[in-house]
Amino acid sequence: MRAPDTDLPIVLSGITVKAGAVTILDGVTQTIAAGAPTVLIGPNGAGKTTLLRVVMGLAKPDAGSIVWGNRDDAAKVRRAIVFQRPVMLRRSAAANIAYALGAAGVPRAQHETCIAELLSLVGLDALATRPARKLSGGEQQRLALARALARDPSVLLLDETTASLDPAATKAIEDIIRAVAGRGVKVVMSTHDLGQARRLGGDVVLMHRGRVIEHGPAAQFFAQPKTEQARAFIAGELLV
Amino acid sequence: MSGDTSALTLILSGDPGLYRIIGLSLVVSLSAVACAAVIGIPLGALIALTRFRGRDGVIVVLNALMGLPPVVVGLGVYLALSRSGPLGSFGILFTPQAMIIAQTILVTPIIAALTRQTVEDLWLEYRDELAAMDIGPAARIGTLVWDARFSLMTALLAGFGRAAAEVGAIIIVGGNIDGFTRTMTTAIALETSKGDLPLAIGLGIVLIAIVVIINALAWAARRTGERYAG
Repeated sequence: MRAPDTDLPIVLSGITVKAGAVTILDGVTQTIAAGAPTVLIGPNGAGKTTLLRVVMGLAKPDAGSIVWGNRDDAAKVRRAIVFQRPVMLRRSAAANIAYALGAAGVPRAQHETCIAELLSLVGLDALATRPARKLSGGEQQRLALARALARDPSVLLLDETTASLDPAATKAIEDIIRAVAGRGVKVVMSTHDLGQARRLGGDVVLMHRGRVIEHGPAAQFFAQPKTEQARAFIAGELLV
Repeated sequence: MSGDTSALTLILSGDPGLYRIIGLSLVVSLSAVACAAVIGIPLGALIALTRFRGRDGVIVVLNALMGLPPVVVGLGVYLALSRSGPLGSFGILFTPQAMIIAQTILVTPIIAALTRQTVEDLWLEYRDELAAMDIGPAARIGTLVWDARFSLMTALLAGFGRAAAEVGAIIIVGGNIDGFTRTMTTAIALETSKGDLPLAIGLGIVLIAIVVIINALAWAARRTGERYAG
């Protein structure tokens, strides 16, 4: 832990994002507080990815405001994101982490220790010198997680990190997410996998057409959904 | 170097005059490529990553400059370096330095234009990740140039090809002085006009061989590098 400051709570008020005539987020008001992972679910195009980008500070809302731990500047001090299709730098796995450490201002003398710790956390110790782009899809996702964690984030944003991975690779990622959340890092993740939302979610946010439809503790959300859309979504019906 | 020596015997006999010509050709062209890389790679990367008014125009001009006529560049450098020219006081007209300057001017647009394209393509891929890591503008250029290094090798080779094959600029600013500014291409031009075709052919074969060898070395370096760095 480098800095005692945190980006939590993240308070979004009336966030609206438009792309031309299309409204991607439509007045989202949501507070993201410390605790177990917050899971964003909803059909494609619901606005999950855009919401994560706004929270990261990568997308500017057209309306509304966002506050990170009482600061409204978008400095990404202690936030990190893993994109749905993370891009590996054309370097070795270890050098990818070293790059993120350098970007986060970690002194060079500490790099070796940090790299070893992070690689071991994501189970890639044996592949440290392998070119990152030659790793399998699941390994690349784990390396992307390690690279994000190199920033020592208080908030970790994950965009469908296990989409297109097989069950074994998904389990490896979920174990890492649990370990990270157990260390007190706030995880905010989007997923299409309702089983994953049940397994990992502390609270669940259902989004549809750019709006938050329902938000509540995971157990309650799945057992007693309050809205018709949530009931239908959980039952596997198509929200269109 | 008499007219009745065959090309092959000349190459095999290790004629010192021939080796001086080959050596100077390599020194001039490789120096020009190095200077052009130092100017062209950062310039190309900068244009790739910045948005400003008239950027499209700059890119069109840069691309067009890849086709600069060597004799025109030679003439321009000649005028600048001649006794009465603005840079005449340096006294470097008809020296290898003048030839390096002329070839640098020819090669820089090639390297800058190809770098611009390569870095811009890579930037589209890396943009989100680098933004998420809060990488500043200068570090972005460094990262993209480093990660594009194997592709940029092709830009350097294109520049070297241009420099090694070029005769119009260096014959004007170098003067083709025997033993001092004579290169393979200027010697080929001279010997052909003198009618010493075996020597011209011999030099031509050596020139092509050198270009092939340098490209083969670069290719091998690229393959090896990619295997270890991805």
